[in-house]
Amino acid sequence: MESLLSHRLIVVTGKGGVGKTTVAAAIGLVASRRGRRTMVAEVARRTDVAGALDAARPEGGEQEAELAPGLFHVSVDPELALEEYLRDQLPSPAAALLTRSRVFGLLAAATPGLRELLTVGKLWELAQLDRRTPGAEPYDLVIVDAPATGHGVAVLSAPRAFAGAAHSGPVARQARAIHATLSDPALTALVAVARAEELAVTETLALQAALRERLDAELDAVVVNALEPDRFTPAEAHRLAGQPAQGAVQQALAAHRRATRQRAQLGRLTRATGHRALRLHAQALPAPDLEALADELGEQLP
Amino acid sequence: MNLAGKRVIIVAGSGGVGKTTTAAALALGLAARGQRVAVVTIDPARRLATALGLEELGNEPRRVEGIELDGELHAMQLDAKRTFDELIERLAPDERTRRDVLQNRIYRELSGAMTGSQEFTAVAKLYELYRDERYDVLVLDTPPSRNALDFLDAPDRLTGFLDGRAVQAILAPTGLAARVMGHGTGVAFSVLRRITGIDLLEDLAVFFRSLSGLLDGFRRRAAGVKALLGDPGTTFVLVTSPEREPVEEALFFHGRLQAAGMPFGGLVINRVHRAPAQDAAAARRELAGALGERLAAKVADALRDVEVLARRDAEAIERLRRELGVEDPVLVPLLEDDVHDLRGLALLQPHLLR
Repeated sequence: MESLLSHRLIVVTGKGGVGKTTVAAAIGLVASRRGRRTMVAEVARRTDVAGALDAARPEGGEQEAELAPGLFHVSVDPELALEEYLRDQLPSPAAALLTRSRVFGLLAAATPGLRELLTVGKLWELAQLDRRTPGAEPYDLVIVDAPATGHGVAVLSAPRAFAGAAHSGPVARQARAIHATLSDPALTALVAVARAEELAVTETLALQAALRERLDAELDAVVVNALEPDRFTPAEAHRLAGQPAQGAVQQALAAHRRATRQRAQLGRLTRATGHRALRLHAQALPAPDLEALADELGEQLP
Repeated sequence: MNLAGKRVIIVAGSGGVGKTTTAAALALGLAARGQRVAVVTIDPARRLATALGLEELGNEPRRVEGIELDGELHAMQLDAKRTFDELIERLAPDERTRRDVLQNRIYRELSGAMTGSQEFTAVAKLYELYRDERYDVLVLDTPPSRNALDFLDAPDRLTGFLDGRAVQAILAPTGLAARVMGHGTGVAFSVLRRITGIDLLEDLAVFFRSLSGLLDGFRRRAAGVKALLGDPGTTFVLVTSPEREPVEEALFFHGRLQAAGMPFGGLVINRVHRAPAQDAAAARRELAGALGERLAAKVADALRDVEVLARRDAEAIERLRRELGVEDPVLVPLLEDDVHDLRGLALLQPHLLR
């Protein structure tokens, strides 16, 4: 695999509940440990990444902030993104005029897909070497904790949809530039997070197909989260099965069966996606240990 | 849970906690108790979809065959785009409006890019089925949204989308549409044109103008949906796992339900680790003779993992009980395999209903 961390933008998506946020934060931690100025961004009024990094963002996290050395966080807000965009595109009296205009506010709110376009537009802006935001420093890498599969694809394909709908003009030009970045495999990496379970694997395959169809893009990496330890050899499992049905032995056998089923699903995932998945093991802990996950992930990332 | 007298059961919770399975099992349980039930699923796993007969195309519930029930079980998988189109067709006052909207480039290109469209269409479908006399009870599986707000806000979005003020501002004789068409000259307008380009502006004006014929229908529909969500016959069932994020999501959603005055009907906690009956160290000593030191130590390791997770789960359950004020949440143990057939659902349903 070409180095995942050498991209400018890494978009992390996958089925709900598989640990996207944890994985996005762990990738961010790996990159920042390697001395890269790294931004982990999330969308849709969430501050989960900040939570995973044990950093409180009481103000909603809409301003860029450094949570750990070299590791930054922001929760992208479409309304703020719109104001920023107007200030960048127009002389300030004109921008102020529009920002205050009732008709413009209503139009912006009612235009289908505009919130999504503004969200992706801000993510794109964060990943620019020459930032439009006055005084903003560039990041070496921007990691996006994107919404789950269906919503994630909708957000990612918003620029293309807009470019198609608008034909010409500044919005169309801007949307085309954003889409070009998202679909350029040298700049943007798309990462699917899954668990080795039937539903999650099936959804990952659906995600791969949707990205091809709607974005003309390929998955760059697949991360399988929460793998159970493969403790028992087949011979040991056989011996356990021959024991009297005692509580501890039953528990061990159940764990073995879960691990075996996971291996089968992991095999199905790697065969069908053509990716040798990055693997993260389940942590028998009250809450995820992000540093340990970053250690495990870092060993697998060139 | 006691869901007697409920006509609409909305199953909510964060992604990956077993919402679809819970919705399907609830529906089957109610059908087994003699009701005519329709379950609307959003994105079922393939094997569950097969079991429910959902592989046939169609955006209407179909009777589930292959199981003896006192009542009837119907199931459907929501097709957001089709539901949206059907809604336009139903609300359009005439053929021309219908065609104008459905063929509008903005509608076709961008309605799929709206992340809220699944929530929006799910409640629209729910409302339609509610008025269908073939069903006594509806069970709605909610979209795998990361944000519960999207769902509760759907009716408001339905009106907000075509809010009277927005449309007036755009469609009034001196509004945006007129200015676009008449190549208006106002300062704000020329700035707007500069930022969007004239093509997009014209298309938007056409889009809003063609939608204006649907306004009354949309408004009535949204009011109906909102009333339905707050009806005493409607209830929300929260589903979670004991993991940190889903628990936070469940607490958050519950707070929103209360704030909106919407009814909370019960809590289901899936994937609960049960504390092992035996302590890991004791098990190791006891099994060393029969299994050898090495294998006995591995069994003890496996047991220790379960102990930690069972403790974590017990704390999460206690927190949910306390903060949601639920005496007896439904606890579903961690199953070895996904529930993916009617037999599995039939085994699950007695846990959910009493």
